[in-house]
Amino acid sequence: MSETVTSETSESRRQIEELTERGYQYGWHSDLDTDVAPPGLNEDVVRLISAKKNEPEWLLEWRLSAYEAWTKMEEPDWAKLQIAPIDYQAISYWAAPKKKPVLDSLDDVDPEIREMFDKLGIPLHEQKLLSNVAVDAIVDSVSVTTTFKETLAEAGVIFCSFSEAVHDYPDLVREHLGSVVPVRDNYFAALNSAVFSDGSFCYIPKGVRCPMELSTYFRINSQNTGQFERTLIVAEDDSHVSYLEGCTAPQRDENQLHAAVVELVAKDRAEIKYSTVQNWYPGDENGVGGIYNFVTKRGRAHTDAKISWTQVETGSAITWKYPSVILQGDRSVGEFYSVALSSQRQQADTGTKMIHIGSDTTSTIISKGISAAHGQNTYRGLVKVMRSAENARNYTQCDSLLLGKKCGAHTIPYIEAKNPSAQIEHEASTSTVGEDQLYYCRQRGMSEEDAMSMIVNGFCREVFNELPMEFAVEAQRLLSVSLEGSVG
Amino acid sequence: MLHVDNLTASIEGKQILRGLDLDVGAGEVHAIMGPNGSGKSTFAHALAGREGYEIDGTVTLDGADLLAMEPEERAAAGVFMGFQYPVEIPGVNNMYFLRTALNSVRRARGETEIGARDFLAVAKEAMDLVEMKQDFLDRAVNAGFSGGEKKRNEILQMAVMQPRLAILDETDSGLDIDALRIIAGGVNALRGPERSMIVITHYQRLLDYIKPDFVHVLVDGRIVESGDHTLAMHLEDHGYAGFVNTDLNDAPERPLAGTPS
Repeated sequence: MSETVTSETSESRRQIEELTERGYQYGWHSDLDTDVAPPGLNEDVVRLISAKKNEPEWLLEWRLSAYEAWTKMEEPDWAKLQIAPIDYQAISYWAAPKKKPVLDSLDDVDPEIREMFDKLGIPLHEQKLLSNVAVDAIVDSVSVTTTFKETLAEAGVIFCSFSEAVHDYPDLVREHLGSVVPVRDNYFAALNSAVFSDGSFCYIPKGVRCPMELSTYFRINSQNTGQFERTLIVAEDDSHVSYLEGCTAPQRDENQLHAAVVELVAKDRAEIKYSTVQNWYPGDENGVGGIYNFVTKRGRAHTDAKISWTQVETGSAITWKYPSVILQGDRSVGEFYSVALSSQRQQADTGTKMIHIGSDTTSTIISKGISAAHGQNTYRGLVKVMRSAENARNYTQCDSLLLGKKCGAHTIPYIEAKNPSAQIEHEASTSTVGEDQLYYCRQRGMSEEDAMSMIVNGFCREVFNELPMEFAVEAQRLLSVSLEGSVG
Repeated sequence: MLHVDNLTASIEGKQILRGLDLDVGAGEVHAIMGPNGSGKSTFAHALAGREGYEIDGTVTLDGADLLAMEPEERAAAGVFMGFQYPVEIPGVNNMYFLRTALNSVRRARGETEIGARDFLAVAKEAMDLVEMKQDFLDRAVNAGFSGGEKKRNEILQMAVMQPRLAILDETDSGLDIDALRIIAGGVNALRGPERSMIVITHYQRLLDYIKPDFVHVLVDGRIVESGDHTLAMHLEDHGYAGFVNTDLNDAPERPLAGTPS
């Protein structure tokens, strides 16, 4: 493998030299020392990104094919979202990772953010890591990371940045990249494929049960999540991994547009559990400045494999996201557990797609949508049973909770069954947090806000139960904090 | 202890309580009986602080102005209401709900919160009182409970909260005789010199099990007759007809309503 790496690398070097010249050739200044590319997207920008990242030619070609596809595609407008037009030529698609200023102590952190950390119950040492405070030797982030890396390496688990993986494990990346979400899949996936900056790569060898929740590790390393993130997880036969992305702590980002792609490959009898907690900046009370989050997440489950998505979405001004499972192998299992909260002016159009191809495949969808203030929450889901899928089963439960009179909840389920043996169940409910429930709790001594938070958390119980323990606790608090002020 | 003077309540312009007077002394059990629509439940909710009513008059508990308090403040002051229709809260564990409730009032009173282990002992004792099994605490609050289970859960909560004033609104409605016996047993066990109770009921049946010190007849938003438990028996025999047709102008201006505390 080392030989391959060397040749790929020298190949890339040649590429860069060529590219640098090409840049001049087109009269566009592409100084390799630049930190930020000028706004705009064209083929040269794609080449620049690839060159900056020292990528092999096949990946550049892949990016270029994605770019070409993207230019011929149109922004989807079927979602129930009102979005101000996005000027894709006004965005800069390359910026060198910036280092956050290192602070001496937590006292230097914005008091508002500290208050939020405390409310969420984030442990002190993680608060420091999240706010980039220089930490003492005991909880030094580098040593913690090193310990994790050693444990994982012993098990044979590869967990690294996507860029590292491209150079260190090019065959694995090349084999699986785009195998679940092809470059032409959709407008935002094509855009991501053309310009993705970095992300994570995770590989679990045959028969290995990943020795730790990748959550803890990830959280410490998650500060530089990019605008166009790319994640690839490959679980070989009989392996198992639980992965958590995101953080309950509020995240701000100067980039308004985010378009991530996550691909999961679960081979025979493998199991991937992927949990997300997303708390991007939702914008001010008028929705100004919030993050637009357009995400494509999909997994392919081979024979007897299982893929489980759990998401808690409380942030972003716009959420467009449908984590899906292609149930390709016989007896494969797909699950989707979701809590999506839309408050203030937030809009969420989210759900899942379960594509049953193999026989005796099973999927479960539990979606909990919460709308408060002026929030608009849409569940959009597809359950598709192909002709080949004998005895496919799906159970879907979509519950919506309305807090207030100006918010909205919408449920748009699509069901396509081409095999008569399919069994598909769909349950849906819409409820309000009743005056009765609040009064009952208050009569028992609870404040209105405590009561609201208790009722809403109860509503989400089935989904929180799927989260890793420590995050379940934080997710409950996150929901309470997010709902503050939306009572009444 | 509880002093109610000239209490009026209306909802959406409809007058329901029309000058209700009542005094409840410490340790006393008062039954309030009356025909449907006479304002029994409204009286209970007016004491507990339900929103949506226009309220006037005076209500004090141990001298404190109850009407000026939010529902949770009244709970902290010792007011407990057993609901006629206990509310379901899906996904919220019954034990967690109870402990949160107890700790909320403890916090409001400046007392220390009770830990999970100590609470379990408190809950266990309360459960024995209403003959409930352990798994009762692990279920979601009232969700999927039978009518009898819901009412037993109310008494369980009362046993945990140890209120100063318990208002039991139609606690006997929808119960079979066994459940009624269990619930009445629980209520009787909770009687004490420092605890007062207002038992609201349509039927005399409950009062065979919970023997009140005083019985009041509520008609058309006012107490029109007060007496001891024999009044309940009279009502059982003769119904409310005699009171409903009473010309209210002829009723005594301040009906005898228990002993002042």
